[in-house]
Amino acid sequence: MNAAFDNNDDMRDLYRELILDHARNPRHFGKLDNATHCADGINPLCGDKLRLYLHVDEDQSITAAGFEGSGCAISVASASLLTDLVIGLPSSQARDYYSAVTQRLGTPDASIAESESIDLGKLKALDGVREYPSRIKCATLAWHAMNSALTNQSTPVSTE
Amino acid sequence: MTNAQQSQSQQAAVEDYRQDFPALQQTISGHPLVYLDSASSAQQPASVIDTVAEYQRNDHSNVHRGVHTLSHRATEAYEGARDKIQGFINAASRNEIIHTSGTTESINLVAQSYCRPLLSAGDKILTTELEHHSNIVPWQLVCEQTGAELLVVPMDDRGQLKLDELDNLLTADVRLMAIGHVSNALGTINPVKEIIAKAHALDIPVLVDGAQGVPHMQIDVQDLGCDFYAFSGHKMYGPTGTGILYGREKLLEAMPPYKGGGDMIIEVSFAGTVFNELPYKFEAGTPNISGVIGLGAAVDYLQSVGLQQIAQHESRLLDYMTQEVGRIDGIRLIGTAENKASVQSFLLDDIHAHDLGTILDHQGVAIRTGHHCAMPVMSFFKVPGTARASLGLYNNTADIDQLIVALKKAQQLFS
Repeated sequence: MNAAFDNNDDMRDLYRELILDHARNPRHFGKLDNATHCADGINPLCGDKLRLYLHVDEDQSITAAGFEGSGCAISVASASLLTDLVIGLPSSQARDYYSAVTQRLGTPDASIAESESIDLGKLKALDGVREYPSRIKCATLAWHAMNSALTNQSTPVSTE
Repeated sequence: MTNAQQSQSQQAAVEDYRQDFPALQQTISGHPLVYLDSASSAQQPASVIDTVAEYQRNDHSNVHRGVHTLSHRATEAYEGARDKIQGFINAASRNEIIHTSGTTESINLVAQSYCRPLLSAGDKILTTELEHHSNIVPWQLVCEQTGAELLVVPMDDRGQLKLDELDNLLTADVRLMAIGHVSNALGTINPVKEIIAKAHALDIPVLVDGAQGVPHMQIDVQDLGCDFYAFSGHKMYGPTGTGILYGREKLLEAMPPYKGGGDMIIEVSFAGTVFNELPYKFEAGTPNISGVIGLGAAVDYLQSVGLQQIAQHESRLLDYMTQEVGRIDGIRLIGTAENKASVQSFLLDDIHAHDLGTILDHQGVAIRTGHHCAMPVMSFFKVPGTARASLGLYNNTADIDQLIVALKKAQQLFS
């Protein structure tokens, strides 16, 4: 337990243990050599850049994912959670997650998010950003990059 | 009274002005606001806020146009602000004071109106590695338009210009040198007077980006010898959307207008237009009247506190901040020039500046995080961004102490 902030402190709501863990030890970090899809995400607010790699097989399933770049704890953790989640998913389902995540994080009212058709599981750890409008873009950066990669958009996506 | 006591009482005197700033009297997340982002935008004293409100309430009208009482009042106050600013920076004539929307517009005006007609392929404009984007991009645009080349004076790893390299870059084909007075990202005070003298020895005119200079030191454009000096109202405790371009009258006289429209003409017909005289030639359209009047009130305010007192107070406080921040284990100070004003950039452990900004805000401490619109500076230090604490006349040692507490809490959270 962290002495700096007590349990009621909403800093712990933003920086949950799961987020800090993924930020410190991002999963699937690094370039994916056999990637079939790749896209950059740029957050002009802070200059953060992230490159997301996917390998999609003939059945349109994502068999591997990776990312590289630099970013804040929120954007790195979100990219790490994303790659963890989408490996093994059909690409259409990954895009469903994209829609669900971007919608959930962009919605301040939790009750609306409850009507989601997809159970976001661990991704709910990102919920804290909903209270920090300037940080929502950090959390969605990797997701926008994934969507762009899967739709084969060639220009880098920006969160602006 | 000893010197120490005397300097302590001076410090207290400047701090007392803190109560003039209504925005500083609030709490954020239950903590008193500690505002350490004045380099981005300074808070406004009540006198500025009230002056603008009074004008809106009683005197609002258009300037230079009507014969009625309100228009007369608005014109008097608007032009009165010009006179105040002339005195404030010791310009030789009120015709040398052009109202703009800010430093950015002031620099673009010089790039397009002074440089563009002058430049051709092979000509050069010289700037430096520690500039704000607003003192880079306007020159890149005019270089693209004319085929001229933008050259850059490099800096050392403390964030100081390499003056020996400046000597090699200042050559006869340089048409203008554009240099920041004080770096917004690093706080470095450039030796602009010395640089201007070097440039003038080769007949090269110099534009000084004074956005970060004006709030922190007494500016005398005639003493500096600069040809253009650009600054913003909102960094000197005035309203946003106001700014000044000072230019030598001879240069401004020879320049074509930057924007066309009302107020910048004497006579318009479809056969041709006769432009108005200085300074109106450069002020097309209805200006930001209330903002300019507020800027005049900000000048009054700064002069009532005293620029020299402000400079001394901020210098002491910067030393204290740099010392205290530097003591934290895991701190990397970015920008450690010998001669600095107001600003300290830093990184803490491997915590991203954005995370630091959010955690500090949660403890009432407002700092700027990111690249500070100075991406070449960030590239030089090989960082995506920094956290930056910057000082205004209203800050005190308690603010710095709260910053330190907040930084240590961030460190614990990420440990």
